[in-house]
Amino acid sequence: MSDYNFAYLDEQTKRMIRRAILKALAVPGYQVPFASREMPMPYGWGTGGVQVSAACLVPEDRLKVIDQGADDTTNAVSIRRFFERTAGVATTGRTRDATLIQTRHRIPEEPLTRDQILVYQVPIPEPLRFLEPRETETRKMHSLEEYGLVHVKLYEDIARHGQIATSYAYPVKVEGRYVMDPSPIPKFDNPKLESAAVQLFGAGREQRIYALPPHCKVVSLDFEDHPFVPSKADHACDLCGSDTSYLDEVIVDDAGGRMFVCSDTDYCEGRREAGHLGRLAASGPSAPGQEDAA
Amino acid sequence: MTPLLQVKGLTQRYGARIGCADVSFDLYPGEVMGIVGESGSGKSTLLNCLAGHLEADAGEVIFDTRVDGPRDVRAMSEPERRMLARTDWAFVHQNPRDGLRMGVSAGGNVGERLMAVGARHYGDIRGQALDWLDRVEIAADRIDDRPTAFSGGMQQRLQIARNLVTGPRLVFMDEPTGGLDVSVQARLLDLLRGLVREMGLSAVIVTHDLAVVRLLAHRLMVMKSGHVVEAGLTDQVLDDPQHGYTQLLVSSVLQA
Amino acid sequence: MYVAVKGGERAIENAHAWLAEERRGDPAVPELSVAQIREQMALAVNRVMAEGSLYDPDLAALAIKQARGDLIEAVFLIRAYRTTLPRFGSSLPVETAQMRCDRRISATFKDAPGGQVLGPTFDYTHRLLDFKLAAEGDVAPAPQAAPQAGPVPHITDFLNRDGLIQTEEQSEEAPPDLTRQPLEFPANRALRLQSLTRGDEGFVLGLAYSTQRGYARNHAFVGELRIGRVAVEMEVPELGFAIQIGEVELTECETVNQFSGSKTEPAQFTRGYGLVFGQTERKAISMALVDRALRWRELGEDNLGAAAQDEEFVLSHCDNIQATGFLEHIKLPHYVDFQSELELVRRLRAEAEAAREAAE
Repeated sequence: MSDYNFAYLDEQTKRMIRRAILKALAVPGYQVPFASREMPMPYGWGTGGVQVSAACLVPEDRLKVIDQGADDTTNAVSIRRFFERTAGVATTGRTRDATLIQTRHRIPEEPLTRDQILVYQVPIPEPLRFLEPRETETRKMHSLEEYGLVHVKLYEDIARHGQIATSYAYPVKVEGRYVMDPSPIPKFDNPKLESAAVQLFGAGREQRIYALPPHCKVVSLDFEDHPFVPSKADHACDLCGSDTSYLDEVIVDDAGGRMFVCSDTDYCEGRREAGHLGRLAASGPSAPGQEDAA
Repeated sequence: MTPLLQVKGLTQRYGARIGCADVSFDLYPGEVMGIVGESGSGKSTLLNCLAGHLEADAGEVIFDTRVDGPRDVRAMSEPERRMLARTDWAFVHQNPRDGLRMGVSAGGNVGERLMAVGARHYGDIRGQALDWLDRVEIAADRIDDRPTAFSGGMQQRLQIARNLVTGPRLVFMDEPTGGLDVSVQARLLDLLRGLVREMGLSAVIVTHDLAVVRLLAHRLMVMKSGHVVEAGLTDQVLDDPQHGYTQLLVSSVLQA
Repeated sequence: MYVAVKGGERAIENAHAWLAEERRGDPAVPELSVAQIREQMALAVNRVMAEGSLYDPDLAALAIKQARGDLIEAVFLIRAYRTTLPRFGSSLPVETAQMRCDRRISATFKDAPGGQVLGPTFDYTHRLLDFKLAAEGDVAPAPQAAPQAGPVPHITDFLNRDGLIQTEEQSEEAPPDLTRQPLEFPANRALRLQSLTRGDEGFVLGLAYSTQRGYARNHAFVGELRIGRVAVEMEVPELGFAIQIGEVELTECETVNQFSGSKTEPAQFTRGYGLVFGQTERKAISMALVDRALRWRELGEDNLGAAAQDEEFVLSHCDNIQATGFLEHIKLPHYVDFQSELELVRRLRAEAEAAREAAE
């Protein structure tokens, strides 16, 4: 693919995106409009994240791509391969070895460091969108800090269900100013938004970039008497035994039998290699299976 | 005593047509001002200019703010104006649908202004909502129902509760009893009169119904074609109208 | 024992190989050439060029072949390719009055200087399947006439001369570029037209139809519809004057719409405008109707709350590449989100159950 520039985008475009990223870092949580380009993958499939990654990547980088926490889901494979072909950068599945991680819907379990960048794929960047469909209105609400409506939504949840019924894409307030959508990560991941790493959010179709600089204050919205609870399935991982990681539920037979496994596949493998075993793990560290999905 | 609101030379035109012209008055704390006139007389335009829903062409609207004393609202920044609109001011629309969130429960509707100014305790918010529903005579077990399930009179009372929950000092009302049955109107007027007295509210009420102002307003302005043609104490204006138009207005009511 | 599913990479490769095989179809049937698609599927090629915003019939034909005839997929291929092209500059505005017209009709006048020219249209064909086309064979040449020389003035210009139609203001302002700047509202007319010309034909058609059925009706006549080729000229700084760099086929539609006016302003007809790459008249007419509906504010009309009047609604949803991508992304795994919802629903059910039991 030498017909294309390093990481696909031309340098002009990358500079434009970098300017947007810098502005986003300077005003944490603020959605910066940017002239999103049409990428060779569909809108809604990570074009925003891919453009942000493309603008950040340098040849020395080591890239990790995850979707639902896993390196081997098809869209993660597809995006990783895109950068292997267009940027020729090294790739890795190990969280701690990566310099840039592009993610969809999860934050890795292992705490990130100041040398890492986490890039999120964002479908709908506007946390107020489903309360108010008009962009002209929501921008005004942000600029005037009129966020009463967000709490009305939470109030209605408690009035109807007895608790806040938002389980992912749980809104946060950044540095006491902007209300931000953390992308559709489970609310379990919200506490990890306060991180040593640079976190960048790219929404391609909606043409917005926003960011959290390292150690920025991120508060999940709640009520004093109904505080935010980062919940997960009340089980331990059946493979590695972790009872603190976010779990996927897998249906294992026709009778509805199920098991719970870490959503973060690298974290789970690391634990098993270190000798931790779950309820259903074969004795001894086992390499992940090789079954084909096709 | 400093007036709560001083209006000076307020003018609004629609092209060549006059909305309201050169309107001036003072409103003192605890005072209720009625504005009457037929439809098209400019009374709603005036109210919307006062409340900042319409940008007037000329004039001043000076409000005695809690922190900085008298300030021209028209010269304030939009954030300041909006803050005022959700704290010290309230606006009751003729059609409750314009003033309520129809997809949000009664409790959420009343709680919104509290949350907008920083209330973050669900129990307290709900407690205040219940208190206010009681004050406007809505049963506590309706707190989680949406206004779509309410009668017109209940919707209007809910709108009033939603507006008054933050303890505003100035309330604008646009035909608050319009579109309601006569018996429902009477109950609402009774309720409003009680609340205004109890809370010491100042209010500007626009209506075409002289019975409403007779019951609620201390003072009255009569508008015609955008101009104030007569102003004074309510009883005085209604019992001894000086301007021909006011005389017509009063007599037409008497005949009806 | 359970093992995590691996092998996404190989699954993708296999899927691609299968796709290539399906694309080719039965190898006993001769393969389509790009030239065949360009020549014989010209209207599909035109649509792909219009919605792909790239005037290149060969690339559009290639994209259609690669997309197995899925035109939105073909538009997507063209758009992605277009992103990688360097931008040398912008052309001068094309002079559609100088168009070499293959087709030119007006619904508002029986005849006009330059005449009505039907051109190669489906309009009066009876829609009967032509089984002769199932057999291969030569087509008899159509009768020829000498092309008309000189410019073909726009019919709306005649109305304009008498002040009967509202005059469009000239502007030297460079129009904004939808593909280089983020879309922000309110959008000016140039931006709206840009968005509509590359918008999805079906979406724009549906909106235009809705205005005809009374959702912000603006009572349109086709003042003029013309299809033909125009020269594209560009000023080259080194030369200091404009040179022709090529030629494009365009469809232009000007509608004459309901008049506005009052006691003080004399009544005048108003306009809607459509301009689209290639022979794409359904799209150009639709575009003109929607353009007209979106102009309610400047023409002092009421906002009737109709979809076609709502600039934010129309512009945010007319792009089929954005729409199809976002629509289809729900195929991607969402099991992390789903898991969190699952936990929540279970917890809510358990609490409701407990509350019920406590009450009994």
